[in-house]
Amino acid sequence: MPPASLGSLRAVLRRQNAANPGRFLGDEATRVSLSALHLADEPPRAIEKYRDATVLLALPGQLAAAIALIALDGVASRVILWPPDAQAAQIDAVCKVASVDAVITEWDVRSHDDQKAATQAANAGIAAEIAPSATVTEWVLLTSGTTGRPKMVVHSLDSLAGHISPAGGPSAGATVSAGPSGPGTIWCTFYDTRRYGGLQILLRALVGGGSLVLSCAGEAPAAFLARAAAAGATHFLGTPSHWRRALMTEAAQAIAPTYVRLSGEVADQMILDRLRAAYPTARIVHAFAATEAGLALEVDDGLAGFPARLVGQAGGPAELDIRDGTLFVRSARAARAYLDGDNTSIPGADGFVDTGDVVALHGDRYHFAGRRDGTVNVGGQKVHPEEVEAVINQHPGVRMSLVRARANPITGAIVVADVVLAAENAAKHGASAAAGGMQDDIRAFCRAHLPPHKVPVSIRIVPSLDIAASGKLVRQLA
Amino acid sequence: MTIRSTVETTLIQVAEEQNKPLPPLSDDLPLLDSGLDSLCLAVIVARLEDSLGVDPFGTADEADLPVTVGDFIKLYENATR
Repeated sequence: MPPASLGSLRAVLRRQNAANPGRFLGDEATRVSLSALHLADEPPRAIEKYRDATVLLALPGQLAAAIALIALDGVASRVILWPPDAQAAQIDAVCKVASVDAVITEWDVRSHDDQKAATQAANAGIAAEIAPSATVTEWVLLTSGTTGRPKMVVHSLDSLAGHISPAGGPSAGATVSAGPSGPGTIWCTFYDTRRYGGLQILLRALVGGGSLVLSCAGEAPAAFLARAAAAGATHFLGTPSHWRRALMTEAAQAIAPTYVRLSGEVADQMILDRLRAAYPTARIVHAFAATEAGLALEVDDGLAGFPARLVGQAGGPAELDIRDGTLFVRSARAARAYLDGDNTSIPGADGFVDTGDVVALHGDRYHFAGRRDGTVNVGGQKVHPEEVEAVINQHPGVRMSLVRARANPITGAIVVADVVLAAENAAKHGASAAAGGMQDDIRAFCRAHLPPHKVPVSIRIVPSLDIAASGKLVRQLA
Repeated sequence: MTIRSTVETTLIQVAEEQNKPLPPLSDDLPLLDSGLDSLCLAVIVARLEDSLGVDPFGTADEADLPVTVGDFIKLYENATR
């Protein structure tokens, strides 16, 4: 039997609010009572103009974006969540590919004139025709692509939250245990709610009947933790890098979590052990989820990796399969398609999604061993080596380069580069220390053209790089 | 150069490269609420591994995780002893 649909967020919240009047969403400056939101079947007039429209939700603040999301779900045909670290230069491309009708933002959005005209025309059409029927809104998440242009991944409220047991209502099919949570649980996330991992926590709070404490841009981690503690938060989500950082502040002792969740990066044994030592009574869970594949597995035995018996076994959040050393995942949590003009389906013909994550069997556990395509995860932010190589190769002194991961105890990994100099430079610098000036110069060039997490921390001048028979650079997994 | 001066120089250099304002260094300055973010610290730890040949984070216990600049310097002094 297919699980029942959650309907819209508005309907979910309306069903729960009578039972839990004290629920809130809060950030540094504001606390919004969820029972004070306008949750009637008919959305307010200000929202009606977005009926059946494609909306790019690009509010910088998480709280405002969450409120807008609640208002738009079930009204707009499609909401695209613009994460705060996405490059503003990409906004035009996103608008064009996704046929965006309206942008909700505090920024000054510059767009092509023709596009602006199209936007106005579309809005006029929307205002004139207000359909009473409920719309199933597509939720679109952005994830980084090889070329620097974000990929748009199409989800729905059901694919994102169908596994969360709704408070005050029947369960929507197979649910995943979220620890000792339920109505009244106060969540806190370090991870931005416009990204898959953070959005999971926003939805656990909203659908599961809880509240949520959100961070603000530029807020120091100690101040955020102190605020979360004061608000009574007990359920915390962060990437392993967020947690490493949190444990390096005095405020780590100010919180008393009963549930600690890690996602967005591979959790190594060291961070799991340190969290166990810091919070001896908490349930510590590391989740593996990807924007495309959705939530795939949750591990709570305190050990890195996941038990091999989960592969091919039913009962977890998803079916797992290992093909040629790569993890494949099948579940109702998967995204439907890419918004790329062709609506390229994300699950394959057999329903499995290729995660691109390489796993290695050690004893009776699988451990994550990097990305098949060499993508580097720097503290939860993806870096595609090709994008960095393209910048380095533009430097006039460079012939070719290879960008790869170097393990780092703070962000999990960091980017490094091997560079082959152009012939005249190689002769001048040789492989000697005189190449140091060139390395500084290439690094400065990268800093001018790339966001900080994509700049190689070290640049090694090498005489040559291996080229495979295919003519491609040989990439070895870190 | 002493370990202390190597660590301090690296902290200042990386903060400058990443355009992060850093107050004057003192031993009781909190490491991560001083303006340095995780990425800065990741770069600092990688640079120090290159110049000093040690990564004390790889082996440190939870109790050893540095909270202040002084703790951070001590971590490297102990690791290179």
